[in-house]
Amino acid sequence: MALLKYFLIGIYFGIVLVKGEVVSWFRIQEMFHLQSAYMYLVIASAVVVGMIFVFAAKAFKLRSLDGQNLDFKGKPFNKVGNTAGGVIFGFGWALAGACPGPMYALLGAGYWAIAVGLVFAFLGALTYGYLKPRLPH
Amino acid sequence: MWEAITGPWPWYTTGPLLGLMVPFLMLAGNKHFGVSSSLRHVCAAVFKPKAEYFRYDWKKSGWNLALVAGTIVGGVLAVLAFGADTSPQLSEGAHALFASWGMEEATALQPAEVFAVGADNWLRPLVFLALGGFLVGFGARYAGGCTSGHAIMGTALLNPGSYVAAIAFLVGGFAVSNLIIPALIAL
Repeated sequence: MALLKYFLIGIYFGIVLVKGEVVSWFRIQEMFHLQSAYMYLVIASAVVVGMIFVFAAKAFKLRSLDGQNLDFKGKPFNKVGNTAGGVIFGFGWALAGACPGPMYALLGAGYWAIAVGLVFAFLGALTYGYLKPRLPH
Repeated sequence: MWEAITGPWPWYTTGPLLGLMVPFLMLAGNKHFGVSSSLRHVCAAVFKPKAEYFRYDWKKSGWNLALVAGTIVGGVLAVLAFGADTSPQLSEGAHALFASWGMEEATALQPAEVFAVGADNWLRPLVFLALGGFLVGFGARYAGGCTSGHAIMGTALLNPGSYVAAIAFLVGGFAVSNLIIPALIAL
């Protein structure tokens, strides 16, 4: 039952992704060809909302509903990992027209072909796991 | 009111609603928004790989798996209850771009050329989705996060590595979308 709240937040996430057209291959190509500001404004305004919350949560020392002090520590900065991994991710994002969140949402939206993308995303993560000790980070 | 919800959403609806994922997850249980770590958890749970990267207690990350399970259900509801599966509100320039690629006019969220798999259309979907999916999974884990974990959560935290990753996502995307896809779409 402790996981139910995350399941519900996930439902919300899936609705926003699909309804907001963020899952659309067309929208992703449109973004990368600078043919519309839509995706940029979506991402930028999402970041601003997140930033305002983080700022307010720090200022007011907010706690989570289960009473924990909030964690504001970001992920470690890996120069090569963030850059090379990021560019490789971008290659895939453009090809599939979807990043991981939209892949899950598209499965629900009835675009069964994305199951291929998702299975290969698992294989990509699996491959990374095996190669990790040999890759520069 | 209901028509505003079922009709197409402007960016100032979609973006802020997406950004609310940050407070929702932090307030729900001190969790950082991120989706691609679920790829690792699923691998650890299903394949039980021997690599050290997968030897950890994935059950402690059950919240992340619950999140992506919910995301699938959200996709169902978006189509069934919110009238989501319509052609996107693309710009004139985008329509011209897709026409120049020889694609049919959009009638749904996704192009038939990439998503309608059939006997006479399997190579292109396979290349776009299998190769794309692999690079997304590999790259996200190499970069330590994806669009949600770096480009939204990490940037909200003012985390330097997340800004580097987010810019790298765009660089990779621009390169493939502009240089590779125009040739590949003709497959």
